[in-house]
Amino acid sequence: MISAHLPTWQVVLPLICAPLCVVLRRTQATWLLSLAVSWVSFAIALALLQQVAATGTITYFLGNWPAPWGIEYKVDMLAALVLVLVTGIGSVCIFFAPKSIQAEIPGDRAYLFYTMYLLTLTGLLGIVITGDAFNLFVFLEISSLSTYVLISLGDSRRAMTAAFRYLILGTVGATFYVIGVGMMYQMTGTLNLADLAERLPAVADTKTILVAVGFITVGFGLKLGLFPVHVWLPNAYAFAPSVVTAFLAATATKVSVYVFLRFYYTVLGASTFDKLPVNEFLLALSLIAVITMSAVAIFQNNAKRLLAYSSVAQVGYILIGISLVTATGVAAGILHIFNHGLMKGALFLVMACVFYRIKSVEIADMAGLGKAMPLTMAAFVLAGFSLIGVPLTVGFVSKWYLIIAAIETQSWVTAALVLLGSLLAIIYVWKVVEVAYFRPRPDGATAVTEAPMIMLIPMWVLVLSNIYFGVNTDLTVGTAMSAAKALVGVAP
Amino acid sequence: MTPEQAILWAMGVPLIGSILILITGRKPNVRETMTLLTAVSMFLVVGSITHVVIGGGRPSVTLAELLPGLNITFTVEPLGMLFGLIASGLWIINSLYSIGYMRGNNEKNQTRFYFFFAIALASAVGVAFAGNMLTLFVCYEVLTICTYPLVTHSGKPEAIKSGRTYMGILLSTSIGLQLLAIIWTWQATGTLDFREGGILDGKVSGGVLGILLFLYMYGIGKAALMPIHRWLPAAMVAPTPVSALLHAVAVVKAGVFTVLKVIIYIFGIETLQGTGAAMLLAAVASMTLLFASVVAIRKDNLKARLAYSTVSHLSYIVLASAIATGTSIIGGGMHIAMHAFGKITLFFCAGAIYTAHHLTLVSQLDGIGRKMPFTMAAFLVGSISLIGLPPMGGAWSKFHMMLGAANADLLIFVGVWMLSSILSAVYLFPIIGRAFFRPLPQTDGQAAAAGIQEAPLPSVIAICIAAIGTFVLFFYAGDLANFLSPIVKS
Repeated sequence: MISAHLPTWQVVLPLICAPLCVVLRRTQATWLLSLAVSWVSFAIALALLQQVAATGTITYFLGNWPAPWGIEYKVDMLAALVLVLVTGIGSVCIFFAPKSIQAEIPGDRAYLFYTMYLLTLTGLLGIVITGDAFNLFVFLEISSLSTYVLISLGDSRRAMTAAFRYLILGTVGATFYVIGVGMMYQMTGTLNLADLAERLPAVADTKTILVAVGFITVGFGLKLGLFPVHVWLPNAYAFAPSVVTAFLAATATKVSVYVFLRFYYTVLGASTFDKLPVNEFLLALSLIAVITMSAVAIFQNNAKRLLAYSSVAQVGYILIGISLVTATGVAAGILHIFNHGLMKGALFLVMACVFYRIKSVEIADMAGLGKAMPLTMAAFVLAGFSLIGVPLTVGFVSKWYLIIAAIETQSWVTAALVLLGSLLAIIYVWKVVEVAYFRPRPDGATAVTEAPMIMLIPMWVLVLSNIYFGVNTDLTVGTAMSAAKALVGVAP
Repeated sequence: MTPEQAILWAMGVPLIGSILILITGRKPNVRETMTLLTAVSMFLVVGSITHVVIGGGRPSVTLAELLPGLNITFTVEPLGMLFGLIASGLWIINSLYSIGYMRGNNEKNQTRFYFFFAIALASAVGVAFAGNMLTLFVCYEVLTICTYPLVTHSGKPEAIKSGRTYMGILLSTSIGLQLLAIIWTWQATGTLDFREGGILDGKVSGGVLGILLFLYMYGIGKAALMPIHRWLPAAMVAPTPVSALLHAVAVVKAGVFTVLKVIIYIFGIETLQGTGAAMLLAAVASMTLLFASVVAIRKDNLKARLAYSTVSHLSYIVLASAIATGTSIIGGGMHIAMHAFGKITLFFCAGAIYTAHHLTLVSQLDGIGRKMPFTMAAFLVGSISLIGLPPMGGAWSKFHMMLGAANADLLIFVGVWMLSSILSAVYLFPIIGRAFFRPLPQTDGQAAAAGIQEAPLPSVIAICIAAIGTFVLFFYAGDLANFLSPIVKS
C-alpha cells in the first residue's frame, strides 16, 4: 500500500521533518533525524528506480485530483536516476557532517544547518519529481532560499557576500523562469508539463513561445552555473561550509540541468532546435566554459575555488552532451550528471577533511599532507583521476560516451576540446597533488593527523563508488541510455 | 593451473606481492625476499602459458564488461607472450640488482619503491596480454600512473620537474590522441578486438586511415617518437633500477609493443603496406632514429646518452612496423627482446658505476675498466648487441628488419639502419675505449690505487646474467623468429 504513495513520501518526508529540527534544537538530535530522513529518502529513491525499471513511468496525482487541474508527480528513468543521486549524496554528506559542522558552524546555529539541509533536499527532490511547471517554481524557491541560508552559514564573513550575490542572481533566474512559464501558460492555458507538451506544437512558431524558451534557458542557466552567468558559483562554493559545498556541488546544479532536459526534450521536443537553435548557442558556451574555466581553475590558490571553477567546466561537459541532440549525446550528459556528482562530492568531502585538520584550504597550506593525512590525500588523488577521466573511473565512462557522441555527429572540434579539457584537468589536479606530496610540512606548523573515521568512511564510500561505477557500468549506462532514448524520441 | 587461470595469476601474483611488500616493509630482508619470490613466481606463471602458445593455443579470459559490448579481456598470442616473458624474466634479475643498488646508495622510501615496482610489472603484463584495445589502454594508463612515484622517487625539485614532463607527455598524448583514435575506431568498426588482418580494412577511407595511424602513433607516447620523446630522458632522474627495467624494458617496450599490436591487429599489415601514411610514418621514425643517435653522441651524462639511444632503438621498431612486411614485423618483435637484454645490461652498468664510484659523466670514466672489469666487460657485450654486430642477439633482429625493408624495395631504410649502426658505435665505443685504454685520473700527482672496486655483489651477478643473456640470444634467434611467425600469417 505504502509503495503506491512513494512519490509523495519522497518529497513530504524531508518537508515535515525540517520544522521538527527547529523544535528539537539539540545538535545531536537534529543530526540523527536528518540522517534518518536522508537514508529513508535514499531507500525510497532506490525503490522508485526499481519500480520504474520494472513497470515503466510512475504517475501520481496529489490528492487524487487528476491532471491538468491537480498537481501531477511523475517519475521516469531520468527522474529516478537523479533522485537516487540527490538522496545518495545527501545520505553520505549528512553522515559525514557532524564533526565538520562542529568545526565550521557555531554550536547554537548547527540546528539551522540541518533544517535548511532538509528544506533544500525537499526542494531539489520536488523539482525532479513534479510534473507541473508552477509547482516546479515553488520547489525551486524552497531549495534556493534554503541554499542561501546554508551558504551564509560559512564562518568567514565573505560567505555573507557570496550568499547575497547568489541570492540576487538566483532570484533573477527564478523570476525569469516564472516569466517564461507565464508566457507558456498564456499561450496554452496549462501548467502541466505533459499537457504543455501536447498543446505547444500548435503555437510553437509564435514569438511568445520562443521568448519563453529564452527566459527559461537564461533562468535555469543562472541556477546551473552556465558560462558566462556562473559568476555567483565560485565564491558560493568557496565560502560555504565544506559539507554544504559538497552537497550543493554534487546535487543542486545537476537538478537544474535536469530541468533543462525536461523542458527541451519532454516539453518542447527535440524538433524545437530546428526553429530556435538554442542547442548551438549552448554548445558554443559550453565549449568556451570547458576550456576557459579549466584554465582559470589552474590559476586558483584556494583548492575549493579551484574545484568550483572545475565544476563550471564540468557542467559544460554535461551541456555539450545535451546540446548534441542525439541519443548518445543526451545519454552522455545524463551519465555525467550522475558521475560528476560522485566525483565532486568526493573531492569536496576531501576538502572538508583538510579544512577540519588544518583550518585552511589554501593550496600552499596543504604542503606535506600526503604524509600527514595519507588516506585523505589518496582519496583526493583517486577522485582527481576520475575528474581527469582516467580509465576504471566514472570520469572515463562519461568522456567515452561524450566523444562517441561528438564523433557520431562529426563535430571534431567538440571532440578535440573535450579532450583538451581533460588535459587541463590533469594540470589543476596535479597542482594540488604536487604540493601535498612533495613539499614538506612547514617548520613550526602544528602537527596534523589523519581525519577521524566518521569523516573518512563516507568520503571513501564516495571515492570507491567513483571506481565501482567506473567498472560496473550496467546501472548508469543502462539507465542513461534508456532515459536518453525516451527523451530524444528514439524507440528504446 | 589452466592457461586461463595462469593469465589472471600473472597479474594477480605481482599485485598480491605488492601488498606483501607493504606488510613486510619494516624488515628489509624479508621485503626483498618477497620481491624476489614474487618475481620468480610471476615468471613461472607466465612461463607456464608458453607451451600452450607455441602449440598454437590462444588462451583467453574475460574479466568484466566495462562498457556495453566492450570487455576487459586478456588473450595471449606470441608477441604478448614474448613481451610478458621478457618483462617478468628481467624483473628477477632487476630485483637482484635493485637490492645492491638501493642499499648501496642508501635510498629512502625503499618499501614504496618496491611496491610501485610490483604494480608496474602487473600492468606491463596486463598490456602484454590485453585481448582488445580498451583493455590495453586501461593497463597502459595504469602503467603510466604507477611509475610516476618511481620517477619522482627522490622528491627533489628536479625529480618533480621531470615527473611533470613524464606524466604530462604520457597522459596528454594517451588521453588526447590515443583515446580519440580508439573511440573513433570503435565508432567506425563496432569492435576493438585484436584480429588477424586488422579491423579497419574497408571500414574507413584512406584519408581517415592516415589520420588514425598518426593519432595512434603519437597517442602511444611510450614509443617516444620525436617530438614527444622528452619524457624518456626526463625519466632518467629515477633510481637506475627504474631506468633499467622500466625505461629500457617494461614501459618503453609497452609502447612499441602497442605500436606493433595496433599495426598488426587493428590496421592489418596488408591494409597498411605501402600506403602514403605508412611511408610518412617510416620517415618520421627514421628521423627520430637518426636524430636521437646524434643527440646521444653529444650527451656526456651516461644515463642521458643511454636514454637517447633507447629513443633511437624504439624508432627501429616503429620503422619496422611502418614498413609492414612480414619479415620486418618479426624483426621488430625480436628487437623487443634483443634491445631489452642489451639495454638493461648497459643501464645496470651505469648504475653500478654510480654506486661504486659516484660517477655519472662519460668524461669521468677514464680507466674505470681496471677498477670494474666485470661491469665494463658486460658494457662491451651490451654495446655490441645494440650496434647490431655478431655474436650478440641484436645482430639478428636488425638483420630481419633490414631484410624486411629490402623485400619491400625500400633500400633507403636499409641505409638508415646502416647509418644508425655507425652512429651507435660512435656513441658507445668511446666509453669502452676510455674505460680500458686511458689511464686512471691522477689525484694529487699519485696514480689512484688500481685494485678492483666493483658494485655490491648482487648487482654484479645481475649484470653478468644480463650480459650472458644478450650473448645467448644470438644462438636462439631462429627459434624466436619461428615463435613469432604466426603473428604475420593471415
